[in-house]
Amino acid sequence: MELVLSIAIGILVGSGTWLILRPRTFQVIVGLCLVSYGVNLFIFSMGRLLVGGAPVLSKDGTIIDPAAFPDPLPQALVLTAIVISFATTALFLVVLMAARGFTGTDHVDGKERDQ
Amino acid sequence: MNDTVLRPDHLIIAPILIPLIAGAVMLLYEDRQRRAKLIISLLSSLALLWVSIELLQASKGTGPSVDNEVGLYLLGDWPSPFAIVLVLDRLSAMMLLLTAVLSLPAMVYAAAGWHRQGQHFHSLFQFLLMGLNGAFLTGDLFNLFVFFEVMLAASYGLLLHGSGPQRVRAGLHYIAINLASAMLFLIGVALIYGVAGTLNMADLAVKLPGIAAEDRPLLHAAAAILGVAFLVKAGMWPLSFWLPNAYMAGAAPVAAMFSIMTKVGVYVILRLSSLLFGPGQDESAGFGAEVLMVGGLATIAFGMVGVLASQGLGRMAGYLVLVSTGTLLSVIGLTMSGASTAMLAGALFYLVSSTLAISALFLLIELMEREQGSIAAMLALTADVYGIDDYEDDDGEPEVGLAIPGTLTALGICFGLSTLLLAGLPPLAGFIGKFGMLASLLNPAGLGWGGEIEPLAWGFFGLLILSGLATLIAMVRVGMQTFWASSDTEVPKVLALEIAPVVALIALTVVLTVQAQPVMRYMEATARALHRPYIYTEGVLLRATRVADTVEEENGAGENGTAEAEAGPETVPDVGAEVEEGGQ
Repeated sequence: MELVLSIAIGILVGSGTWLILRPRTFQVIVGLCLVSYGVNLFIFSMGRLLVGGAPVLSKDGTIIDPAAFPDPLPQALVLTAIVISFATTALFLVVLMAARGFTGTDHVDGKERDQ
Repeated sequence: MNDTVLRPDHLIIAPILIPLIAGAVMLLYEDRQRRAKLIISLLSSLALLWVSIELLQASKGTGPSVDNEVGLYLLGDWPSPFAIVLVLDRLSAMMLLLTAVLSLPAMVYAAAGWHRQGQHFHSLFQFLLMGLNGAFLTGDLFNLFVFFEVMLAASYGLLLHGSGPQRVRAGLHYIAINLASAMLFLIGVALIYGVAGTLNMADLAVKLPGIAAEDRPLLHAAAAILGVAFLVKAGMWPLSFWLPNAYMAGAAPVAAMFSIMTKVGVYVILRLSSLLFGPGQDESAGFGAEVLMVGGLATIAFGMVGVLASQGLGRMAGYLVLVSTGTLLSVIGLTMSGASTAMLAGALFYLVSSTLAISALFLLIELMEREQGSIAAMLALTADVYGIDDYEDDDGEPEVGLAIPGTLTALGICFGLSTLLLAGLPPLAGFIGKFGMLASLLNPAGLGWGGEIEPLAWGFFGLLILSGLATLIAMVRVGMQTFWASSDTEVPKVLALEIAPVVALIALTVVLTVQAQPVMRYMEATARALHRPYIYTEGVLLRATRVADTVEEENGAGENGTAEAEAGPETVPDVGAEVEEGGQ
C-alpha cells in the first residue's frame, strides 16, 4: 500500500510540476491543483498508513495502544490544507480570468513569445 | 479552571483579534462609506500600536533580573505542547510593533485617494495585518502556515488593488509562486511531523536531539524544503525574481506595507534556525548556515546590480528590498556559524530601520513619479475599466484639499533623507545598524573563530559597503534627474495627507537614531535570547506545567533560566554607547 501511495504522490506531483512550468495559465492552474492533491496525500501519509483502525480513541478510554489507531492530527492538517489550497486556487482562477480579459491571451506573461 | 491559577495575558491574542474584528465589521458597510471605514481602520491600527507597545514592555520582563519574559497564550487551554499556542518574546514583540508602526502611515496615505480605486481596501488591509501579527505570534508550525495563507490571501487582493493590466500580470506571477511555495511549506511541515511527531516549535527544539540518526537526513531534508518556502517569501537570490515586479506593480500604500512581508520570511528563518539548529543541537547545529551566508551574499550582489541597472524608481526600490533581505540572511548565516550576538543585534536594528526607510521610499516614489503621468494614466485606465467615472463621488468634497507649498523641496528633502537611510550614511539610523554589524565583524574577540575573520565574513564586509555605495550612486542619479534636471515639467500635486506619512516614517528613523542606545540595548537582549533557545523552549514548555501546577510553584519558577541571562546586561551598554558615538 505504501508503494502504491508513493507512486501516486510521485505521479501527481511530477505531472503537476511539469504543468506549472508550462506557458498557458490554464496549464499552470491544473498543475497547481495536481501538486496540491499530491501534497495533501503526502501529509495524510505522514500519519502512517493503517487499514481498518478506528479514527479516534474509544470513549471509555480503555484501549491505550496508540498504534491501533490512525493518527488524527494529519487528518486535521490535511483538511485545513485542502480548504486553504482550494480557496487560493479559486482566487487564482479569478486573477487568471482577469488577466485573460486584460491581455487577450492566456500566456502567463500576458503576451505571446513571438510578438 | 481556577482563574487565580490560570492568568493568561489576554493581550497576547489582541493583535490577531483587533484587525480580524475591524476587517469583518467593515465588510458590513457599503463600500462607498469610506470615511467610516477609514475611521474604523485607523482606530484598529491605533489600538494595535498601543497593544504592541504594551506587549513590548511585557516582553522585557519585570524587574532588572528578569531579562526575557516569554508570554504564552494557550488557545483552547490545552497543556502547552499539545495544541496551538501563541508565544510572545522579544523578537515577536519587536516585529508586532514594527507592523503596527508601518500600518498607520500606509493607511493615512491610502486615505488621500488610493482607497477609492477598488473594493474593500481597508478590510483587506486589516486582514493582512492579522496574518502578519499571527505569523509573528504563533508557536506552532502548521498554525504559521495558516497565518501565512491569511496574510498572502490578503496580499493578493491588495496587490491587485486598483487593477490594471500591469498589476494583474504581476499578481498572476505572485500568486502562482506563492501557491507553489505554500506546497513546499506543507511538504516540509508534514515531513517534520512524520519525523518528530510534533509541530510545536519549542517542543520540536527539545525533541530534536533525540531524533534517531537514520531519521536525521529526513529531518534535514524537511528543514531544507521548509527553508526554501521561507526563502521564497524573504526573496533570497535564486528565488527572488518575482519580487521587484510584484512590489513595483503594487499601489504605493500596499507596497509600503509589503516592505515588511519579506521580513516575515526573514523572521521565520531567524526563529526556526535559532530554535532548531542553534548551539544546543549537537548534530544539527548550524544546519543551513552556509546556504544562508552564501545565498545572502549572492542576494546582496544581485540586489546591488539590480539597483544600479534599474531605470525606474519603483524597480529600484524592489531591488533595495533584496539588498536588505540579503544583508539580514547573511548575518543570520554568520551568527549560526558562530558570530557574536552583537552582530545579530546590529542586524535587527538594520531590519527595523531599513523596513521603515523602504516603506517611506515606496510612498515617495508614487509622489515623485506622479508628474510623469504614468500614475495618472493608470488611474484613468482603472476608472475606465471599473466604470468609475465619478470617483470624487462619495463624500462630496475631497478628503484634504490642501496642496502643500514647496512641494519639490519637501519631496527632495524626504528623498535625500531616505537615500541616507538606505545607503547607511552617518547621521541616520541606517548607519547605526550597519555600523553595529561591521563593528562586531571587525572585533575578532567577539567572534567564535579564534580571532580570525573568515573569508565569507570579509565578503560580507565588502558587499555591505559596496551595496551602500551602489544605493547611493543609483539614488543620487535618480534624485538629480527628478529634482534638478526637470525644471520644465510641472510640479506634481501633492496633498499634505500624502507627504505627512513619509515625513512621519522618516521622523521615526530619526527617533531611532537619537534613541539608539535603548533601542540597541533591546536588540542586544533580543539577540542574546535568540542565542539561548532554552529561554524560549522553557518559556513555552515549563510555563505550561506551571499553569497546571499550583500557585506556590508558580512563584518559585520565576527564577528558571534567568541565572545565565543575568550575566549579559553588564556587557550591553558599552556596545550601545559605542554605536551611539558613531551615530553623532
